[in-house]
Amino acid sequence: MKYKGKAHKFGNDVNTDEIIPAQYLHTKDPVELGKHCMENADKNFVKNVKKDDIIVAGRNFGCGSSREHAPISIKASGISCVIAESFARIFYRNAINIGLPIVTARSAPGKIKNMDNLEVNTAKGVIRNISKKEEYKTEVFPAFIEKIIKKGGLLNAIKR
Amino acid sequence: MGYTITEKILRAHCKGKGVKPGDFIRARVDFCLGNDITAPIAIEEFRKAGAKKVFDRTRIALIPDHFTPAKDMQSANQAKMLRDFAEEHRIEQYYEVGRMGVEHALLPELGLVLPGNLVIGADSHTCTYGALGCFSCGVGSTDLAAAFIKGECWFRIPESIKFIFYGKLKKWVSGKDLILHTIGDIGVDGANYKAMEFCGEAIKKLPMDDRFSMCNMAIEAGAKNGIIEPDASTVKYVKAAIRKNKPKRKGFKMYKSDKDAKYALVKEYDVSKIEPQVALPHLPSNTKPVNKVKNVSIDQVVIGSCTNGRISDLEISAKILKNKRIKQGVRLIVIPATQAIYLEAVKRGFAKTFVEAGGVFSTPSCGPCLGGHLGVLAEGERSIATTNRNFVGRMGHPKSEVYLASPAVAAASAIRGRITHPKEVAK
Repeated sequence: MKYKGKAHKFGNDVNTDEIIPAQYLHTKDPVELGKHCMENADKNFVKNVKKDDIIVAGRNFGCGSSREHAPISIKASGISCVIAESFARIFYRNAINIGLPIVTARSAPGKIKNMDNLEVNTAKGVIRNISKKEEYKTEVFPAFIEKIIKKGGLLNAIKR
Repeated sequence: MGYTITEKILRAHCKGKGVKPGDFIRARVDFCLGNDITAPIAIEEFRKAGAKKVFDRTRIALIPDHFTPAKDMQSANQAKMLRDFAEEHRIEQYYEVGRMGVEHALLPELGLVLPGNLVIGADSHTCTYGALGCFSCGVGSTDLAAAFIKGECWFRIPESIKFIFYGKLKKWVSGKDLILHTIGDIGVDGANYKAMEFCGEAIKKLPMDDRFSMCNMAIEAGAKNGIIEPDASTVKYVKAAIRKNKPKRKGFKMYKSDKDAKYALVKEYDVSKIEPQVALPHLPSNTKPVNKVKNVSIDQVVIGSCTNGRISDLEISAKILKNKRIKQGVRLIVIPATQAIYLEAVKRGFAKTFVEAGGVFSTPSCGPCLGGHLGVLAEGERSIATTNRNFVGRMGHPKSEVYLASPAVAAASAIRGRITHPKEVAK
């Protein structure tokens, strides 16, 4: 799959309370959750984000609670893909399970600037920085995870 | 080659394929749980998948503990989804307000999670039960929906980090201080994807309530699970819980790590050098000894949560607050984690102590820990709390602050109105 959009940069340890504050967890409606995405990290995020844009973050993205509302709100905000140096484990499996594309790339986030134009090719494991005319490698998913993604999420994958 | 306790429990729950760290397995789940925030999504996904029947109605717990007693209409609707689903599928472990407690205090208390079990919960602090010598870990709502359907969950077998605690604890130092110190040392992703195994003579002497606090916060270092080998204290706790509450599943198995088990890392701590700890905003790893933060004034004190809402937490808080008044202008909110703890705190006079000191004593709820209700912070306010997270906006306004500490430090701070070492106000 290919994802093309502008980068929205964040730092290390972006946690689920920043991605979707608990005051909005009384709903599971993706549209409502999308309106408050990243609110405690950058209150202008929702205003600035355009469809297919890409979140680029440092280490341990999505740490904290198990709330699936976090990847749901990111997906609903229009973000096509999240690139990070590493992901917290529950966020990682939630994203895989609900079909939010995530990419681990150790060195790329340090080289990407806010609003750079990016193209992510998950099959090839390559991020193309169109603005800076650079290319970065990403990690590829283990075969077990790749199967869940190809089936379109966990519940499709467990259907016999 | 030997195996760690985590590897042994995971191996015992899958069909023999995955045996080493890094391997992916589908494992049988002994018990699973969801709450009023995470279960509604799981229930919706269960229905969307066309599932008609849960895998085993005796191995599921639905616990409306986060925003209950319902804080608003939407929260009431979410809690109702659990009630209706429990009724439809005749799920035995559904806990209505009045019997409900904070899930990670309630399930061990009821003997529903046992040594050697594999437990998943759609709540990150599910790792708490590792204190019983079981593998337990937090997952998401879709994982829970899959477990409802199949009774299985996928895992990558984690590498383990061994934390050896030796020496004698100083007065006023608890399990909470040990885990805060550990997270401060390794960082909030210091154990990402890994198992944290706590051992050593100091752990062997640690009461069960303190062990729960330690395993509870393994997630704050990014860990998959926290775990402590079961011993005589574990058996005593588990047998008492089984005797009192007569759960259907009474059998348990005690696993121990092999001497030649392989660890990604071994850390040693001399606990006699550890002071009461405080984690400053806005990360649980931002820890300092309490004496280095003691001029910080506070507006609110919260004693409770799945980390520190157990009876010994209330006992030490009451001991410090007995016949004292909290500082004018400070709010003290004490929340016992379960109804049984609540009742015992009433019987033993702790509730009276808190109220006479000028505090409130609340019904069990996760409440303010995640900025839900019962003590949300205003802009610019600061709280010291026995909870587990101090992220931006965790307890309310994005410009409020949370300092994490033990019940003893929190209670002492309520008296002085600033962060205080318990020795300043009590013997």
